[in-house]
Amino acid sequence: MIAQFINSTLRKVPAWPLYVLGAVPPAWLFYSGVTGGLGVDPVKEMEHQMGLWGLWLIIAGLCVTPLRRWGNINLMKFRRPIGILTFFYIAGHLLIWLVLDVQIPSQILADIIKRPYVTIGMGAFVLMIPLVVTSNNWSVRKLGAAKWQKLHKLTYLAAILGGLHFVWLVKGWQIEPMIYTAVIVGLVALRWIPKRKRVAVAA
Amino acid sequence: AMLLAGRGRAETGDLVPNSYEEITAYNNFYEFGTGKEDPTANAGAMSTEPWSIKVDGIVDKPGDYAFGELIEGLTIEERIYRFRCVEAWSMVVPWNGFELADLLAKVGVQSGAKYVAFETAVLPDVMPGVRRGVLDFPYVEGLRLDEAMHPLTLMATGIYGKPMPNQNGAPIRLVVPWKYGFKSIKSIVRITLTDKEPPTSWNKANAREYGFYSNVNPEVNHPRWSQASERPIGGGIFAKRIPTLMFNGYEEEVASLYEGMDLSKSF
Repeated sequence: MIAQFINSTLRKVPAWPLYVLGAVPPAWLFYSGVTGGLGVDPVKEMEHQMGLWGLWLIIAGLCVTPLRRWGNINLMKFRRPIGILTFFYIAGHLLIWLVLDVQIPSQILADIIKRPYVTIGMGAFVLMIPLVVTSNNWSVRKLGAAKWQKLHKLTYLAAILGGLHFVWLVKGWQIEPMIYTAVIVGLVALRWIPKRKRVAVAA
Repeated sequence: AMLLAGRGRAETGDLVPNSYEEITAYNNFYEFGTGKEDPTANAGAMSTEPWSIKVDGIVDKPGDYAFGELIEGLTIEERIYRFRCVEAWSMVVPWNGFELADLLAKVGVQSGAKYVAFETAVLPDVMPGVRRGVLDFPYVEGLRLDEAMHPLTLMATGIYGKPMPNQNGAPIRLVVPWKYGFKSIKSIVRITLTDKEPPTSWNKANAREYGFYSNVNPEVNHPRWSQASERPIGGGIFAKRIPTLMFNGYEEEVASLYEGMDLSKSF
């Protein structure tokens, strides 16, 4: 009943305002950073916040299918904007790291090659590029639904790498990044639960 | 820009300290949580009165000293030091404290002692990081005796003329300005003179990344952060990175301690 109510309500809500809403946090972060509202180390704060938002969004995106399967809640039309926003948040996260944090090109390259957490973070970002490029109806038609779906399974790998990137970059074994990673791995694992075959009940 | 210029000319001793707010709002003190703001938020619950420090090992006058008793008669002076975190950020801090050498002279180091080991308080009731077991607590650190006796090595009891804030390691902490910040152990409750290299917390947690010496060294790569340059805290979002100096700029004073050592092996 709740599911029905949610579905009928959301049916009336368009998906495009998500893009507008999605632009608010980065804009606010940048404004706060420039005006001194992000504490003592605004660069790290911006970088970290954008990374966290990226993780929240990717987790939100991974929830869509399980919610439909087990909760009968249909958020399908929001999945594309969530995915595209994830890409832009991670791109912002990367840009802050490149321009405001590391700054020095030779050091950027050295970091990507030598530091495993940077390497897997970059890997996750690169995996997201074909996903964002094909996040449009034209690409779905061009590739065909089956091929498109197969390609977009890269999301799972990108998400897990994103979680590991967080686990690996902190000093010591910290609980927060491990929770994010566990949630992501759990959500991905749900995809492998076989669908129950509809067995005809013998009369 | 003035601030950066000042820091760039560090060799001349012309250092511009960070603000009190910056120094006391941005800390690594994992007993109180792993976030930079956690120590400021949580450390207020720690009571530092009374505070007792055990001095033991190869010393003339071992015992449990009250904080006041231990520092009695020692000259507190201001030392403006560069502070370089292994995470590749840096600050300049005006510490108040006395030389560790003076304290060691007071308790009487016996021949045979080769190292000084330190231990941080473990107060699970007020330390959420201890309850979570982020590291193997108590936090322990150590110095070779000649490093400990070096005139730059400070036992700090204050910042900007104020008593040491809890989040910065009240009531007393070590400051070794040519080493990465984590060597400068906080809220000390035990000082042990020993003849063996003592275990150190980050080395125990990850020996590949953190050595016993942990001298600031732009040439020795760290698997997690390049140590070639650093971000000075306090310059806003467009602050330029600055090159990291050998021994954090104290090369002239301390390089002789490591003569003949391969610093890429003894990192």
